[in-house]
Amino acid sequence: MESIKETLTGPIFKNNPIGLQILGICSALAVTSSMKVTLVMCVALTVVTAFSGMFISSIRNHIPGSIRIIVQMVVIASLVIVVDQFLKAYAFTISKQLSVFVGLIITNCIVMGRAEAFAMKNPPLASFMDGIGNGLGYSVVLIAVAFFREVFGSGKLMGYEVLPLATDGGWYIPNGLLLLPPSAFFLIGGFIWVLRSVRSEQVEAPEFKIAKHTAVGEGV
Amino acid sequence: MEALLSLFVRSIFIENMALSFFLGMCTFLAISKKIQAALSLGIAVTVVLAITVPVNNLIYHYLLADGAMAWAGLPDLDLSFLGLLSYIGVIAAIVQILEMFLDKFMPALYNTLGVFLPLITVNCAILGAVLFMVERDYDFTESLVFGIGSGLGWALAIVALAGIREKLKYSDIPQGLQGLGITFMTVGLMALGFMSFGGIDI
Repeated sequence: MESIKETLTGPIFKNNPIGLQILGICSALAVTSSMKVTLVMCVALTVVTAFSGMFISSIRNHIPGSIRIIVQMVVIASLVIVVDQFLKAYAFTISKQLSVFVGLIITNCIVMGRAEAFAMKNPPLASFMDGIGNGLGYSVVLIAVAFFREVFGSGKLMGYEVLPLATDGGWYIPNGLLLLPPSAFFLIGGFIWVLRSVRSEQVEAPEFKIAKHTAVGEGV
Repeated sequence: MEALLSLFVRSIFIENMALSFFLGMCTFLAISKKIQAALSLGIAVTVVLAITVPVNNLIYHYLLADGAMAWAGLPDLDLSFLGLLSYIGVIAAIVQILEMFLDKFMPALYNTLGVFLPLITVNCAILGAVLFMVERDYDFTESLVFGIGSGLGWALAIVALAGIREKLKYSDIPQGLQGLGITFMTVGLMALGFMSFGGIDI
């Protein structure tokens, strides 16, 4: 039981898929300009990761090694089609806003990466938990980024006004940059900085060490 | 002709796959430490995009779209829900065929591309471009131009980033930002730079 809890909570901070494993960044950046869309995306990705982990793990002993990537791809693609059709039926406007990014869950490296690295070696229940854990790790980063972008970029949260805008007689002048694509990079960069300052074992070693300054008179 | 040229320029600069849609980010960040490797990957992505986007365009128009099977006597069939599965299958198959073809006929290029070719199957820039093509309803010529253009745009972005990172190696970067963090910041600044192309219209 202890190990299942560990698989579930480990990926959230200790082994975060975005911050440390550099997986699934594409969609992390693109769908975070409003909170509502982000939440839908997070749920979709968590569901796909969890179920693909479970299904792949339950047939893992029957998949020949040479075609495993294709088998994984088919399982994942089918799940994504289910999610996509579901969103189109019940949340059409949000599915329009997400546009191609629901389809891109197929090539999201988190799903593939966990299927290959975890589900192929572990029993179904553990793989399911691992999928949920990684989905949550991804969601934490996305929600944090979306929070900053929506609150400071348009003064709203989930579509409700939080900071009254100057144009509507309030006091807050929105920072338009946060609604544009580049801001997502700065925010995730900053998030990684904070994460690695807290957990200093995640810091990468520099490729090139700069020599110390030479003292006066020493260099000549 | 003019519309095609405009689409070409737009797909390279204004709607750059990497910097304004964030597609192919995983490989973009992972394989941009050396210019040489970045260039090979950029070429590979361009080639694969130039083939897969038009091919998927044909598949969509003649097999999957609503009423597309009319030529086979099935005018009421709508298979568009199978889209995702077929696109990814086609991409995987084409990458595999391309790999075998290059191995046989162009061993020099094959060796340069090396491990990057199979990686391209899971590069979201490829699937992303295909999905954009379907969503924006391009015809065959447009999809060809769009495929080549977006590939070149992606290649341009990754080579530029690799150039910056090679220089950045010698900078004194704060501890926690080392590596991934500073790369994100750099890409952010590059994306800001690319936004200045936004007003161009031919």
